[in-house]
Amino acid sequence: MLRWASHSLIFLLAAPILLGTLIASLPAFGYFPPLGSSEFSLEAWRELFEVPGLTRSILISLISGILTPLISLTLVFLYLASATGSKLDLWIRRLVSPLLSFPHAAAAFGLAFLIAPSGLLSRVISPGLTGWERPPDILIVNDTWGLSLLFGLVVKEVPFLLLMSLAALPQLQPRHRVEVARTLGYRPTIGWLKVIAPSLYPLVRLPVIAVIVFACATVDVALILGPTLPPTLSVRVLSWFNDPDLNLRFLAAAGALLQLGVSLTAIAIWLALEKLVGLFWRIWMAAGNRNTGEGLAFAIGRSAMPIMLMVIAGSLLALLTNAFSGSWRYPSALPSSWTIQHWANSLSDLSIPFFNTVLISVSSTLLALIVVVATLESERQSGKAKSTAMWLLYLPLLIPQLVFLFGIIVLTEFAGWQANLGLVIFGHLLFVLPYVFLSLSEAYRQLDPRWTQVASTLGASPLKSFWRIRIPLLLAPCLTAGAIGMAISISLFLPTQLLGAGRITTITTEAVALTSGASRNLISVWAIVQLSLPIVGFMMALFIPKFVWRNRSGMMDTR
Amino acid sequence: MSNSVLELNDVSISLGGKQLLEIDCRVGSGEILTVMGPSGSGKSSLLAYIAGFLAPVFESSGSVLVNGDDICSLAAERRRIGLLFQDPLLFPHLSVAGNLRFAMPRNAQHKSQAISEGLHDIGLAGFDNRDPGTLSGGQASRVALLRLLLCAPNAVLLDEPFSKLDTQLSEEIRALVFDKLRASGLPTILVTHDQADAERAGGQIHTLLSR
Repeated sequence: MLRWASHSLIFLLAAPILLGTLIASLPAFGYFPPLGSSEFSLEAWRELFEVPGLTRSILISLISGILTPLISLTLVFLYLASATGSKLDLWIRRLVSPLLSFPHAAAAFGLAFLIAPSGLLSRVISPGLTGWERPPDILIVNDTWGLSLLFGLVVKEVPFLLLMSLAALPQLQPRHRVEVARTLGYRPTIGWLKVIAPSLYPLVRLPVIAVIVFACATVDVALILGPTLPPTLSVRVLSWFNDPDLNLRFLAAAGALLQLGVSLTAIAIWLALEKLVGLFWRIWMAAGNRNTGEGLAFAIGRSAMPIMLMVIAGSLLALLTNAFSGSWRYPSALPSSWTIQHWANSLSDLSIPFFNTVLISVSSTLLALIVVVATLESERQSGKAKSTAMWLLYLPLLIPQLVFLFGIIVLTEFAGWQANLGLVIFGHLLFVLPYVFLSLSEAYRQLDPRWTQVASTLGASPLKSFWRIRIPLLLAPCLTAGAIGMAISISLFLPTQLLGAGRITTITTEAVALTSGASRNLISVWAIVQLSLPIVGFMMALFIPKFVWRNRSGMMDTR
Repeated sequence: MSNSVLELNDVSISLGGKQLLEIDCRVGSGEILTVMGPSGSGKSSLLAYIAGFLAPVFESSGSVLVNGDDICSLAAERRRIGLLFQDPLLFPHLSVAGNLRFAMPRNAQHKSQAISEGLHDIGLAGFDNRDPGTLSGGQASRVALLRLLLCAPNAVLLDEPFSKLDTQLSEEIRALVFDKLRASGLPTILVTHDQADAERAGGQIHTLLSR
């Protein structure tokens, strides 16, 4: 049973993704019987390369695919180098999980309403600092080179890379190593960069590549913050896919394959960059300088996170103000009147998407928890640690969503299935699983084996000690993993949009759909609902164990 | 009162072809065998082997007999071998009574009464509903002993159970543990590097060599 479950994890993840990627390429070469075309041709590719502005779309995807991980990783490493062990660090560590749960779309909307020419920031500094009486006529959000897109992605990916680094760090004994470096005369920040960074990087390499793939092919963030003339490649592929003219499907398939190629190119460029930086690092480490750059590295590292937090807080503030603002003339920092009218107007539209969101996230997370716990339990019982190829877990994060989801749809169309809720839940499961596994596996593997040993010397069967000992002891980490899973599911746009064929709506798909045309007030209402849901999950993960174990002081330090 | 006998017949444990220890002995009802040796001599591996937790990387030969039956092929939970660790390891999510109840055989009669009497017996009357996290080190050790006894094992292993207690307390707990085990007639193997433990146990002493 357990063996079956652990194998099913690999199957569940790998099969649809690999098959989907393969299948997606069939229509790209003209083969798609459901649309009456069963002959191979290169027509779709010819069409694709005649699309105006294609080079620019590809370039913007590539740029954000490389710069996002580069900037995010630099900030995370400089932060860790300069702040490890400080008071700031304690705060940031507590905030990193909730920050990660901030849905991409809501974060992007908040950022847009903060930095837009008529946004909160411009209002606060106008006309005092700028003299602007009217919003300046400059393109900040949706700028042609995707700078605001890049900024939005960095704000989202820094918490992710930070969390991954924090999880990997303890095995490197950073404090110890930095102390050794300091006794050899190295300043702390430089010392960290020389003795920790080179061993930490290989441990976070997979997550970094996941960031490349995401940044390269993101759809929802690019729809909100990205350039429009032309948009990024991924956004264009989606629009071809959603076009009422079904013949554009062939073009969309070719575009999806091109997207895969662009993502792979970005990864290849990154790997080359990695070699170059590695070479520089080896020379720098051996050079023996102990002070040079300390001040700059320290200043950037210490200020990056507070700035990031301020941006996020500002975005939140922008959303809240917009959601409750009545009339709000331009240079005023605050609205002249407040109203709950926007909420009242949205209430009836919210109910179905809200219900769907909760249903989909709860069921996909429960399924994921069952599969992950079964896998970890079977790993524990067989005594073979990490037997499953770990990289398979990252598959849904390493192949652009657009590509394999597209393939899964083609597959369902071959099979003649209608889009349905089950399919959407399955699609969410693909993305929820890796995060639930990543968040639960350490706690599960590190649980003191003596608890189980004591239980079995007391005559408890493996099943009994699983239910009566391990699950209760791991209640808190299981709930945290569940909260993370739900947050991931709630923030998903593309799987719902594609597998639900636009007929199954969630808060996220509806909010992103509002991008074109709806008022800021309305969008803010939806974005706030979207970002509140994960917070409810995290609150529950925090308070349920506190309540259940309120009379069990020993349960506070087994976490 | 148990009348069990624990026998280790030509037990040998090795790791990667290198022998860690060998032992051949018989522990009668109510007797305490002390196994001494420096750290790294394989003391913990011996207990893990008898209790059924030895990691698969170790190779072992020989047999463990309880009342003449070889238990080596049994799963740990079917061996009925009690084990006291260095730490009391009371399950933190269960009450004191919950810990004791967890250990009792399913068909035991009058569980609550047996628990209350057992607690009274070790000087902890009325502790039934206490949170184990609030017990002192000595109290927790007593509860761990009672938990082991209520499970009605056929033999007992002690893995340096007094080493983390301060001198006076360890004297007291040691006396209690030895008295109870002798009174129950359980064959016991004590692993330790503390000479005082061996003297108080008063039984045979087997010394492992460091290799």
